[in-house]
Amino acid sequence: MTATEETAIPGPAAEPQSALQVQHLDVTYRVRGQDRLALRDVSFRVGRNESYGLVGESGSGKSTVALALTRYLPRNGRVSSGSIRIAGRDPLALTAAELRELRARSVSMVYQEPGKALNPSIRVGRQVAEVYEIAGLGRAESLERSEAMLRKVQISDAGQVMQRYPHQLSGGMAQRVVIAMALAAEPELLILDEPTTALDATVEAEVLELIDGLRQQLDTSLLFISHNLAVIAKMCDRVGVLYAGELIEEGPAREVFEQPRHPYTMGLLRCVPRQGQRKDHGRLDAIPGFLPAPGEEISGCIFAPRCPIAEQRCREAAPPAFDTGPGRTSRCYLHEATAELPRNTPVDVQLSAPPTDAEPVITVRNLAKTFTSRGEKVPALTGVSLDLERGETLGIVGESGSGKTTLARLLLGLIPPDAGSAIELDGQPLSADLKGRSQSQLKALQIVFQNPDSALNRRHTVRQLISRPLATLAGLSGSALTERLTDLVRSVRMEPRHLPLRPRQLSGGLKQRVAIARAFGGGPRIVVCDEPTSALDVSVQAAILNLLADLQAKEQATYVFISHDLGLVRYLSDRIAVLYLGRVLELGPAERVFSGPHHPYTEALLSAVPSLDGKRTERIRLTGEIPSPANPPSGCVFHTRCPRRLPTGICESTEPPLAEVEPGHLMSCHIPIDQLATLQSTDRMS
Amino acid sequence: MPTGVVAGDAERQQTPLWRLLLRRPTFVVGAAILLFWIVCATFGTAIAPHDPLAQQLLATNQAPSSAHLFGTDQLGRDVLSRVIVGSQSIFIIAPLATAVGTVLGTTLGLILGYLGGVVDLLASRVVEAVLALPAIMIMFLFVVALGVSTTTQILIIGFIFTPLIARTVRSAVQVESQLDYVPGARLVGDRSLRIMFVEILPNVLPTVVVEFTVRLGYAIFAVASLAFLGFGPQLSTPNWGTDINANYVLLGAGYWWESLFPALAIASVIIAINLVADAIEQVFAG
Repeated sequence: MTATEETAIPGPAAEPQSALQVQHLDVTYRVRGQDRLALRDVSFRVGRNESYGLVGESGSGKSTVALALTRYLPRNGRVSSGSIRIAGRDPLALTAAELRELRARSVSMVYQEPGKALNPSIRVGRQVAEVYEIAGLGRAESLERSEAMLRKVQISDAGQVMQRYPHQLSGGMAQRVVIAMALAAEPELLILDEPTTALDATVEAEVLELIDGLRQQLDTSLLFISHNLAVIAKMCDRVGVLYAGELIEEGPAREVFEQPRHPYTMGLLRCVPRQGQRKDHGRLDAIPGFLPAPGEEISGCIFAPRCPIAEQRCREAAPPAFDTGPGRTSRCYLHEATAELPRNTPVDVQLSAPPTDAEPVITVRNLAKTFTSRGEKVPALTGVSLDLERGETLGIVGESGSGKTTLARLLLGLIPPDAGSAIELDGQPLSADLKGRSQSQLKALQIVFQNPDSALNRRHTVRQLISRPLATLAGLSGSALTERLTDLVRSVRMEPRHLPLRPRQLSGGLKQRVAIARAFGGGPRIVVCDEPTSALDVSVQAAILNLLADLQAKEQATYVFISHDLGLVRYLSDRIAVLYLGRVLELGPAERVFSGPHHPYTEALLSAVPSLDGKRTERIRLTGEIPSPANPPSGCVFHTRCPRRLPTGICESTEPPLAEVEPGHLMSCHIPIDQLATLQSTDRMS
Repeated sequence: MPTGVVAGDAERQQTPLWRLLLRRPTFVVGAAILLFWIVCATFGTAIAPHDPLAQQLLATNQAPSSAHLFGTDQLGRDVLSRVIVGSQSIFIIAPLATAVGTVLGTTLGLILGYLGGVVDLLASRVVEAVLALPAIMIMFLFVVALGVSTTTQILIIGFIFTPLIARTVRSAVQVESQLDYVPGARLVGDRSLRIMFVEILPNVLPTVVVEFTVRLGYAIFAVASLAFLGFGPQLSTPNWGTDINANYVLLGAGYWWESLFPALAIASVIIAINLVADAIEQVFAG
């Protein structure tokens, strides 16, 4: 009948080795006098020294699980049924003192924002030492142990870091400190809630590796919560997929991701561009519809309304957890048919012809921008030269602080460049100031911002938001405007009934569609997409990327696609520019840049990306932090972190020019390309 | 099937603002008190039990009784009637003065907050300089220079509020200017004036409304203080501040009702406004 019989888990006494056991957990939130079910009958077990991943989109209940486990649910939330055992103890039955004890010794948590987890007015050393003092050690010994712990999380100058305040640490360093604090009490269970989501890919890779290493060393069990499938695949032995508060599939991570047995898991995996997939290979598959609202009464399978293979019985009765293999369960009647799940999106979509125009649309020469911060000159972008052709997509990648967003803002004319910079549109120089640009120049360049909540005026309706560029840039009015408005709304797959709504009444994906419609309203020739999907869920992200690709094919627009997600950049871009400390280190056709030989920095960025197949590739380690742009290193700016630095000393003394190493492929590196090719292919073999 | 079919259930409904306000007891109490005084100010003599100007020289300084609930003053006038009718001048001057200050202050705040730069730097210093002077002194100087008509009172209090309101609005505008919809508007060719008043203003309106209600309380106090200091209407016209001034010397003689009731009236209005302002602020803060 229900999951209970088939996945019946023996009581805690019978399984003394589990660090965490959750049985039939229901959590409800009381909202406006009504109880809404946020978790439905969730059962799972984390074995001793096991790493268990919980994956799901926003609203799936991932964080509610973490909060319920440690009894940190908000005031209106409560565990309405089920049981929890952490190291054999039931946190729900503990007194306040016992609960403090449990939180202090048995379970630790690490959250997404390390900056918020540390007290800004207490030095790092004191904060870490407190954990030991609570455990009963003396002050001096606590400090000593803290320093040792900070070394364990690979902070090399631990003594110095202990003297600093949290705001003086970089994001990656702060997260290491938080992890050190979490592990100081040697907890049996470490709960990590999106611990690397706020970090750069290279830092994320380091932190993940650190967590993995410490787990082996300290004999701690992990509950790893993330929306990122690849991170879970890399970090976890077993995985549970949450959907609308229900654990719909569970099993060994590798198996679940290779052969999902639930249509939702399958759908999620198809939303992500897989290794090497590109837009001309076919569209990403998107999951239609939305997550049910919390507490919504659903008679049958919770995923049935969005499921492409749902049958009558799926809508009538909720499926039990079927046993689909050793240690695997799936709440789907049709778990055997999942492998042949039909796509929601047709694969072969007509694509634009590759750009053929010889004349570039936009030419950037020697673009530079220096900000002044407290009297100090900080170069954000230095001597960037680029050409953009009609209908092509230039992907821009780089860590935070590399100058990606500055480049975008300079192109758009939102900030003036330094003297000596030149931007030309169709051979005509573009004024640095927006006010000096003609109507047609203004029309030509538009942007899709990262966060639609910030980019859309929350007091305006969808109609006002989309009409504005039609009136100002396209010069439309009256019925012509209304007609174009309707067209535009349909082309971003929205409906006229959305027009009177305000942004807060729309979901994240819909908001981003409004932003895209606004960008395309004036008939732009170049659209800058600044991390357009990073604020969105995976299933929504796929639909937005498909939309961008469709619009590009239709309008022959040129894209400048900025993203920290290399998979997305590879999927969408024709050419790629790799930025580091405001300089282009590599520029070339997407395939060449990704397949290599590539710049050592590109190599490092690529090897930092966890892949979905869960294989642990030997990473090219990036040592140290990104240097301050105010004092860039001498010679090649990357030499301080370069794993392939030449012993001759030339990297330290001379900046390599950005030279063409093969047709259309530019690189700024002293190592000759054939030598790079040899180095990189031998590393990949071993 | 198109990608990402849009379903209706993602659209959320909003509770209207007034319903949120009515759920707050502070708002209900404050609004009820204000409503009472507005009725008094509007109907004045019609609801007053006696003629507030009628002198009864045989019944001066009568303690509160069933005939005169609030007693009579030194000229034998009914204190209750004077308190009821006395609300009129305050309820005309204070809201208008606050409105003048809010309109000017909001405009100035928008300009300084959005344009920034040298203009902002200079103007903000001037604003701070004005704020450093005691408001009552400035009021005094202007009243002496310009005389005490209703119009001058409205303008003087309005001008004094302008820098105060401008400063608050300016910082709200600065926060808004950091959001991407502002460069977004520039990119579709919108001019600064439109960005300030059509894009940013609706988003700082909650701040403006809160500022208006808070300032209204101060304005009531300012009007009453001016009257108390002798810069109010003619002595015979009922006015809370003037009446306190005329009668407080008699406190020592035990005639407390003559100044206490007008003072309580002032206090009740200011408390009511603060209750309403608090509720509005909390509703806006979510």
